[in-house]
Amino acid sequence: MNTTTPSKLEKILAEGHFAVTSECGPPRGANGEVVEEKANLIKDHVDAINVTDNQTSVVRLCSLAACIRIKQMGLEPVLQMVTRDRNRIGIQSDILGAASFGIHNILCLTGDHQHFGDHPQAINVFDLDSTQLIQTVKLMRDKGELLGGFEMKELPKMFIGAAANPFADPFEIRVARLAKKVAAGCQFIQTQCIYNMEKFKTWMQQIRDQGLHEKVAILAGLTPMKNVGMAKYMKNRVPGIDVPDDIIERLAAVPKEKQADEGIKICVEQIEELKEEEGIRGFHIMAIEWEEKVPEIVEKAGLYPRPEIKVSEN
Amino acid sequence: MIMARPKPIEEIIDEIKDFNKVLIAGCDGCVTVCEAGGIKEVQVLASALRLYFGKERKKLEIDETSLTRQCDKDYLHELLDKIDDYDAVVSLACGAGVQFMAEMYRKKPIFPGVDTCFIGVTEERGVWAERCQACGQCILASTGGICPITRCSKRMMNGPCGGSEKGKCEVSPDTDCGWHLIYERLKELGQLDFFAEPTDPKDWASSRDGGPRKIVREDVRQ
Repeated sequence: MNTTTPSKLEKILAEGHFAVTSECGPPRGANGEVVEEKANLIKDHVDAINVTDNQTSVVRLCSLAACIRIKQMGLEPVLQMVTRDRNRIGIQSDILGAASFGIHNILCLTGDHQHFGDHPQAINVFDLDSTQLIQTVKLMRDKGELLGGFEMKELPKMFIGAAANPFADPFEIRVARLAKKVAAGCQFIQTQCIYNMEKFKTWMQQIRDQGLHEKVAILAGLTPMKNVGMAKYMKNRVPGIDVPDDIIERLAAVPKEKQADEGIKICVEQIEELKEEEGIRGFHIMAIEWEEKVPEIVEKAGLYPRPEIKVSEN
Repeated sequence: MIMARPKPIEEIIDEIKDFNKVLIAGCDGCVTVCEAGGIKEVQVLASALRLYFGKERKKLEIDETSLTRQCDKDYLHELLDKIDDYDAVVSLACGAGVQFMAEMYRKKPIFPGVDTCFIGVTEERGVWAERCQACGQCILASTGGICPITRCSKRMMNGPCGGSEKGKCEVSPDTDCGWHLIYERLKELGQLDFFAEPTDPKDWASSRDGGPRKIVREDVRQ
């Protein structure tokens, strides 16, 4: 079993288990204990915990600090990093800082435009994009070089991930774009949340046709719906999310107080169905401000207990 | 062309209200094309200002002129004999013209009369759109003649991002997704190979990130 880093997530995937990840959104304030509380809700049911990086361009406690807290709890963080707010100097510096605390997973993202967030007046950076961030981490890890050419003595051992949205347009370019990320050095993918299973399976077929599922571990992204209002909002207001009408109809058909349970049920059914899809190597459950439901989903989907993996530090 | 739009008149009134004699100077170059700072706009602005100050019973004399180009010393020299007749100048040229005039006439307050916006094209009369960010290292050869730095809201070099929907940008349904346009054009040209390999990080030193830029060409220098 070959692994490139000390990442527990990488080991679980290499051993052929379905991986389970989830995410914590840090608070809009300086209270780091919120991160620990959220991590505690899910820690026994997931292999790694993503920490979002100022998601939707709203200022929050930084991903790196939150990842350090999670690491110091003895858990496995995935450092999400967007290229919107820092240039290549800041980005490489943060990667080294993360590595110095034994953080071994990174999710490379371009990030939402600041227009969506609480500081639409801000300048954006975008010195690199997500694909170039993948290239950068790989260069640092495998060649021990910074983009500027400096050779380091201690290398950051990062398991490199990225996002993929099979539902954005143009659809026919989506697999080519993933192929580019894989060519850049991406090792795992966490997809945008899936509701349109038919379209997702068409995308997976194209992935398999190109043999990409053998080069990169694809974790299917899932976000349980809390109610029909959330489903409608996701469909109409969130760019790049494809919610078919039958999901909305199914939620609308049950009384309001039962809609959350129905949302969980849909999510569990999706996991069961996707387990059968060749090339799906795990699940990324993004229960937005609903972290307490992750254990229930993981258990009902037959993904509990999580495999015991011995990780040697560094 | 450099595209600009007229400043709100309140802003210009505030700039000049304490003077007695002001020159409004247009430019016959780009700002004439985008109908923001040519002789026509000079005349309209001067009339509006006269009307305003007349109503306010404030004696403020306003003269009108327009220069062939305010980014050229030879044309700026045309004001040499009369500049001292005025307390101040409102220049309707782009930001470069305003600054070049201020450099030449150091003791004269020169105020901007337009907001300079971008390098762009006239899509139709009254509609101007950005096409170039002057990054100093043109990559259009490999992107189907469509610039991702300008047309992608996140200036991605390996787009489109996950927010592209029905050919539109996640930032606004009125904005085309630049990478969708690039993809369609490359497909038409039979050049989709471009998508196979990641594009390396760009050297931004030739853009404004390298500091104020200058081109010195000995072959044409006198």
